[in-house]
Amino acid sequence: MNIHEYQAKELLQKFDVATTRGRVASSLDDAEQIARELGDVDIVVKAQIHAGGRGKGTFKNGFKGGVHIRRTPDQVRDVALKMLGQILVTHQTGPAGRKVNKLLVAESADIAREIYFAVLLDRATAAPVIVASTEGGVEIEAVAAKSPEKIIREPIDPLAGLQPFQARKLAKQLSFEPPQLKSASKLFEGLYRTFVAYDCSMVEVNPLVVTTKGEVLALDAKFNFDDNALYRHPEIAALRDIAEEDPREVEASKHGLNYIGLDGNIACLVNGAGLAMATMDIIKFYGGEPANFLDVGGGATEEQVTEAFKILIADKKVKAILVNIFGGIMKCDIIAQGIINAAKTLKLSVLLVVRLEGTNVEAGKKLIADSGLAVIAADDLADAAQKAVKAAAGKK
Amino acid sequence: MSILVDKSARLVVQGITGGAGAFHTRQCMDYGTNVVAGVTPGKGGQMFDGKVPVFDTVSEARRETSCNASMVFVPAPAAADSILEAVDTGVELVVCITEGIPVMDMMRVKALMRGKQSRLIGPNCPGIITPGACKIGIMPGYIHKPGNIGVISRSGTLTYEAVWQLTSRGYGQSTCIGIGGDPIGGLAHLDCVKLFNEDPGTDAIILIGEIGGSAEEEAAEWIKKNCEKPVAAFIAGMTAPPGRRMGHAGAIVSGGKGTAAGKIETLKEAGIAVAETPAAIADTLIARMKA
Repeated sequence: MNIHEYQAKELLQKFDVATTRGRVASSLDDAEQIARELGDVDIVVKAQIHAGGRGKGTFKNGFKGGVHIRRTPDQVRDVALKMLGQILVTHQTGPAGRKVNKLLVAESADIAREIYFAVLLDRATAAPVIVASTEGGVEIEAVAAKSPEKIIREPIDPLAGLQPFQARKLAKQLSFEPPQLKSASKLFEGLYRTFVAYDCSMVEVNPLVVTTKGEVLALDAKFNFDDNALYRHPEIAALRDIAEEDPREVEASKHGLNYIGLDGNIACLVNGAGLAMATMDIIKFYGGEPANFLDVGGGATEEQVTEAFKILIADKKVKAILVNIFGGIMKCDIIAQGIINAAKTLKLSVLLVVRLEGTNVEAGKKLIADSGLAVIAADDLADAAQKAVKAAAGKK
Repeated sequence: MSILVDKSARLVVQGITGGAGAFHTRQCMDYGTNVVAGVTPGKGGQMFDGKVPVFDTVSEARRETSCNASMVFVPAPAAADSILEAVDTGVELVVCITEGIPVMDMMRVKALMRGKQSRLIGPNCPGIITPGACKIGIMPGYIHKPGNIGVISRSGTLTYEAVWQLTSRGYGQSTCIGIGGDPIGGLAHLDCVKLFNEDPGTDAIILIGEIGGSAEEEAAEWIKKNCEKPVAAFIAGMTAPPGRRMGHAGAIVSGGKGTAAGKIETLKEAGIAVAETPAAIADTLIARMKA
């Protein structure tokens, strides 16, 4: 789950992480009022959408840039008028763009130095690790590739947490001046507390800045939350912005289905995440393009199978559907009944390739054969993938 | 021969009275697994299906029945605590089937398990089976066949696919382990490879991995130096887009790391035969065994 920049700022403020003054505006009056409160400083106005590349984006109304610096409340109101309610297109949004419903209005920091700082979960050690670098404001992967010696890694004991001496050590390694050591350490500790408190898998601050006045501030923060832990953080779950997500994925999640939309024309319906990924891979291997990842889970019901088909055929690019089920606990005859019901009620117009294996496979195959449906039966996974690729190509 | 479990396993099921727990306990018993106890706090004193005594705590179950392995079906919010409860009693093997456990919880479990004698399989896994002897998990028993191929995998149904390919070609399995799809879990690919390498009943190994993390690479490095048994592998997620979690919490390519292409290259460099498609896993191993 992703959250907006202004929401990240609010989370940081709860844990006393110093950041620039400012808040979110949903209307022109809000924007003007916030600017007035900020006083006689440079003010940055930023479009709040989940996609990156906002600064270089263009609004569909012709206005250039999703990030602007202004000085007075009137100027802020004027620029907000051109952004609020408009569609912003960036290299990450695709040509459809995203509607800007909110703006972050904040004091523009006078930056002297930029630092990279992240707390993340290290799978290899099964513990948190802090990754930091004096080379902030740029892509950290690029720094790691070009000058790995500039990446600092500080492992954290998961039971004891970040110790004050570790925060001081990091502050020194990141070349903070003596008067800034305390505020830098405090900021690091606040970030670590935020990471733990919200069950994050990553909190990345890029850049963490030192201003010309010597303040240490988190300028922008990116959060990755552990979806498995959202049940105990209703306040985080509430930050979800469905308007920013693929509507097909939103619909799928309502029915307990795990769906990710892709660009190909062969839809897949599979039980199990590993097998679902492998099914996409074998489609590609035989020259086709998967339209999605879809895991119906271990115990899908007939109803879930029907819902899954609805989502698959709502994608107009889809020319063929490949059903690949390895019945373990899930029985093939139940899946077969789900397929038959879905095909009949939805009047499927795309080609359907079905591969069933496992528990009650004979009963499942018989149900499909007797149903009168135009189903292409496949014997094994390779056969199924080849038949689906052929079906999709034939209908182009 | 086999690794980790055989006929001597005496199983306690934590969460035995829940829907999934009860169903799969019966499936395991039908397969021949010796289920000696169940645990559900507050239901101590009951009998499960008239045969298996239920206790309030694992320590009572351990004292009364000498159980030496546990299968955990407790719902995610309490599952980490259940694993630790089993570990505290010293049972040798804990198999956690539960999916959706917060990763911070598993981080604490891992830290608290250091220096303990118990081994953990999972969470979010299908479990472990030694065909013909003992099944601790949710895999369909009948697709397996006793034999001498060891199978290690992160995923459930993809493991069934590989096992079924082996069985249909007449090749049986010594033990099959689903280690689970979460970012932090118990035994890793490498731990299982080491056990299979030492097991005289295992002649060859299938290793099934997926995008995310570096566990497959770590196993490959070790195999290159230490393993003389034939190894075949498959890595799922060649077509997975970066930054998207593909079902399993651990299956994600982030920051250019954990890609299928990178893993396949490392595996090949270690002399492992990598199947080009998931349909060719068994054939790839068989060809390597004959080479």
